[in-house]
Amino acid sequence: MLELVIFSTLNGVLYGMLLFLLASGLTLIFSMMGVLNFAHASFYMLGAYFGFQLSQWLNFWTALIVAPVLVGLIGAGVERWGLRTVHKWGHVAELLFTFGLAFVIEELVQMVWGKLPVDYRVPPLLDFPAFELFGTTYPAFRMFMLLISVAIFLVLLMVLTRSRIGLIIQAALSHPNMVAMLGHNVPKVFMLVFGCGCGLAAIAGVIAGPALVTQPSMAHVLGPILFVVVVFGGLGSLPGAFIASLLIGLIQTFAIAINYSLGDALASLGMARPLQGVLSDLWQVTVAQIGPVVPYLMLVLILVFRPTGLMGTRES
Amino acid sequence: MTSQTANGAMLDVRDLHAFYGKSHILHGVTFTVQPGEIVSLLGRNGVGRSTTIKAIMGDVPPQGSILFKGAQIVGRKPHEIARLGLGYVPENRDIFPGLTVRENLYLGQKSTRGGGRWSMQDMFEIFPRLEERADTPAGVLSGGEQQMLTMCRTLMGDPDLIMVDEPTEGLSPMMVEHVGKLLERIAARGISILLVEQKLTIALKICQRLYVMGHGHMVFEGTPQQLLADAAIRKEWLEV
Repeated sequence: MLELVIFSTLNGVLYGMLLFLLASGLTLIFSMMGVLNFAHASFYMLGAYFGFQLSQWLNFWTALIVAPVLVGLIGAGVERWGLRTVHKWGHVAELLFTFGLAFVIEELVQMVWGKLPVDYRVPPLLDFPAFELFGTTYPAFRMFMLLISVAIFLVLLMVLTRSRIGLIIQAALSHPNMVAMLGHNVPKVFMLVFGCGCGLAAIAGVIAGPALVTQPSMAHVLGPILFVVVVFGGLGSLPGAFIASLLIGLIQTFAIAINYSLGDALASLGMARPLQGVLSDLWQVTVAQIGPVVPYLMLVLILVFRPTGLMGTRES
Repeated sequence: MTSQTANGAMLDVRDLHAFYGKSHILHGVTFTVQPGEIVSLLGRNGVGRSTTIKAIMGDVPPQGSILFKGAQIVGRKPHEIARLGLGYVPENRDIFPGLTVRENLYLGQKSTRGGGRWSMQDMFEIFPRLEERADTPAGVLSGGEQQMLTMCRTLMGDPDLIMVDEPTEGLSPMMVEHVGKLLERIAARGISILLVEQKLTIALKICQRLYVMGHGHMVFEGTPQQLLADAAIRKEWLEV
């Protein structure tokens, strides 16, 4: 049991931090520009594929640096020559633009790398067990992923709270017009934030690619969870996104690891199962089986009881 | 249109029109502000005073001609206009509530190179309360303190002309006095001021010239004495 708790906690925190790498960019972009970027998870996928390709040509370590920079530049370009033009036509047009972009990126990835998963492997330097506990080993690469995501979280925090550009970003989150009228080039700041947001998603892609599966559907798989994180934490709230990322990371990992059903729980309390007959199957459903539904259930509940999310302030 | 500097004005607005969606708010506003002058823009709520200065800042798209220090600024972006030396203090104050007082002032600076007419120390001398509260989030300041902070923040950007929208709205008489003194101090350093007000209280005391606006255009231009003498204008366009 202790083994399960320790490993699930590690995996849950790791998954949560990866989610945060994506959610932080998404929520910053949303609160600044009012754009819910449907293509955000696609930039994560691009990061994974660029990481794979550069690992093949050069090595993983170069890929870890170069891939996010390339994806960040693509993101900045999308903002500068795409979104900024579409912005004139309002938020619905922007939403449709990012929605279409997600499909374009997915198709392009399939054209270049094919429909099947690519063979993106953990670099040999990190291909060993980090430690062994109760006879189970924990891969060093996962510890490395955890380290990278925590480091980036700290850098992000420092930049946002200590640097001048960070303060400008914070001010522009709530008052973009006023910031512009004080003489700051807000469109440039938007482009920077969009580019960096995409770059952060790409870092998550480069390090998650070898551990998970790098395939054209990876954006689809992660995208919906990402929106749950951002809405649950409160649109536009960075602390909210952080808490929601960890919470959903932990809930999902624990849910998958727990094989108990409601029936087992009743049995251990020495109670009989009511509702025999058609509904008797209900007692056989395990926590692991309902695990994937839990985040969406959380999304529905928070929208009903606290529409602004955990720490959001926005009404709409 | 290139520089056709009429009579060396700091700000020369001619036949300014502006729209909010389809509604036509400004119907040909014309006025000037000379270097070092304090000018008031008076009028009731909804006649287009705030829209006039938002259009000058480029926050509302303007049509017509706006010359600032001889350069045409119609069609320029707000941050470019600010960098030419136009400062704006909005009516709703728009402080950055999550940032500290010091950070708010710091973001008023357009660059970190310094060399402007005002330093942060100047601001703290003018209004010591800001120094006492330098490291508290600006969101917890009182309305009057926020007003002073907003004006000081704009001054940190070293403007040549500062446009102040209803600075005394909802303030206690003591704070109104503070605001009036600060405006005179700003003018003493040779900075032009365009003061938008509804009440006559400080406008009559500190202005050299004033304009009265009604329904999207100017209905009066003159000195405080001329306005005081013209009861008909005051009755029709100012008094409630």
